[in-house]
Amino acid sequence: MNTIFALAQVVIKELYRRKDFYVLFILTVLITLLMASASIFHDDKIVRYLKDICLLLIWISALVMAVGTAARQIPAERENRTIFPLLAKPVSRAQVIAGKFLGCWLASGMALVVFYLFLGLVCASREHEWHVFIYLQALWLQWVFLAVIIALVLFGSVIFAAPSSNATISIVVVISIWFLGSHLNTVALQQAEPMRSIIYTIYFLIPHLEWYDIRDLVVHNRPLVSGTICGLATLYGAAYTGVFLFATWLCFRRKPLN
Amino acid sequence: MNTILDIKDLRVEYRNRAIGQTTKLAVNGLNLSVQPGEVFGFLGPNGAGKTTTMNVLLGFVNATSGSASLFGVDVREPIARQRIGYLPELTYYYKFLTAEELLRFYAKVFGIPRAETEKRIDELIKLVELEPARKRPIKSYSKGMQQRVGLAQALINNPDLLILDEPTSGLDPIGRMKVREIIQRLKNDGKTVFFSSHELGEVETVCDRVAILHQGELKVEGRVDDLMQKYKANLEQIFLRIIGYQPVAVS
Ligand SMILES: Nc1ncnc2c1ncn2[C@@H]1O[C@H](COP(=O)(O)OP(=O)(O)OP(=O)(O)O)[C@@H](O)[C@H]1O
Ligand SMILES: [Mg+2]
Repeated sequence: MNTIFALAQVVIKELYRRKDFYVLFILTVLITLLMASASIFHDDKIVRYLKDICLLLIWISALVMAVGTAARQIPAERENRTIFPLLAKPVSRAQVIAGKFLGCWLASGMALVVFYLFLGLVCASREHEWHVFIYLQALWLQWVFLAVIIALVLFGSVIFAAPSSNATISIVVVISIWFLGSHLNTVALQQAEPMRSIIYTIYFLIPHLEWYDIRDLVVHNRPLVSGTICGLATLYGAAYTGVFLFATWLCFRRKPLN
Repeated sequence: MNTILDIKDLRVEYRNRAIGQTTKLAVNGLNLSVQPGEVFGFLGPNGAGKTTTMNVLLGFVNATSGSASLFGVDVREPIARQRIGYLPELTYYYKFLTAEELLRFYAKVFGIPRAETEKRIDELIKLVELEPARKRPIKSYSKGMQQRVGLAQALINNPDLLILDEPTSGLDPIGRMKVREIIQRLKNDGKTVFFSSHELGEVETVCDRVAILHQGELKVEGRVDDLMQKYKANLEQIFLRIIGYQPVAVS
């Protein structure tokens, strides 16, 4: 366990010594503040509008950062040959994968906290009230979403050697699952067999990422999602994360490194 | 005596992914064993299979057939690597970390207690003479300095067996001397050292035993003194004779 935490720490250290996070955060802040200063909308609407934009930026930034970081980890270890002195220690490849995952996930969690604090501040300054719980819930669900994504991207990174192609493929896959995943069942109904069964199978196999996106509830100050549903969504996400990490390990376990 | 490093009938083939490519036989039927307290020189021309053999010992590459063990434990078990230190041929470390942070990370991986870690890091940084640079990120180091970091990390767990792949490459004469002294000191402490090198003069002075590998096959193995007596030549001459080197006449 110590080894896994030590590995995770290195991932986090790398991330805060790079500029990516700061750039994305500053961009988000700038765009949001720019929107806030343009008071072209009716006062009640502008807060929603602001929240909507800010949340969209948060989702994009977090996704880009998580995919970028996770896609880089294992290929960079191999390209820079840092994997050799590492695996020459009593470290198993499973621990390497677990450490990389944990590092990426914790780092993205910390980034989310910073982003949501900013969102909270902006909204509080306009609405003069805090909707703390819905923010926390949105943050948590997004974090679970990122766990699935990071595990998926790590899996991709042991299959596609080049980090850039892996990052691109991963982004495309994630966005299509996110936006099309929920419509696949309707698509299936319009198809003849065997296409129908195939699409249905895909529908049930893919992780339903759209469930983790509760931006609408935050924007419109709707009530919280029930704890049970939130818990089930967490378990569902954890299961997919586990499956992807296990697949990563299966591919990486016996891979010759040179 | 317990054999520390044991290689039996090792064969390693590299499969080429490209279509129409054959497999490349890198190591063929290698048998080797190293006893505790020995300094063992692993020699051979470029492409002989030295790095490949070490990669098998560390579990990076799988043997096509045959077996290898460290301290009697099959090399495929991570625990076999608890008591070894390894210096890779080309050393690159996490460039964004400082030498100190890197050593601290590796110490954690070995589960070395915190108090002991700091003491050990101070010692090692002094040993490889990186004190002025210890708080600078590794990306600002010269090649020789990176090689020194490599040596320090190989010693972090106070290993009983060191596997060094060309430890003196890229070092200046003082650095080489230093490495030689370190190897000598480790030997005096009863450690075992298994290293590859192209510096035959150096090998001659520090090694107890050598093996010469050529095209993946073991050509000669024995005590340095015995070999020199048998061939009535120094190590370099023996080496050249064994790999079949013909001097080119220069007109
Ligand atoms: N990944 C690989 N795929 C195919 N062939 C390889 C691979 N790695 C090494 N080889 C081949 O295996 C042989 C042995 O290589 P190895 O790196 O073990 O040599 P070496 O003895 O360490 O040489 P050097 O003194 O140059 O370091 C070489 O012919 C090399 O071309
Ligand atoms: Mg080599």
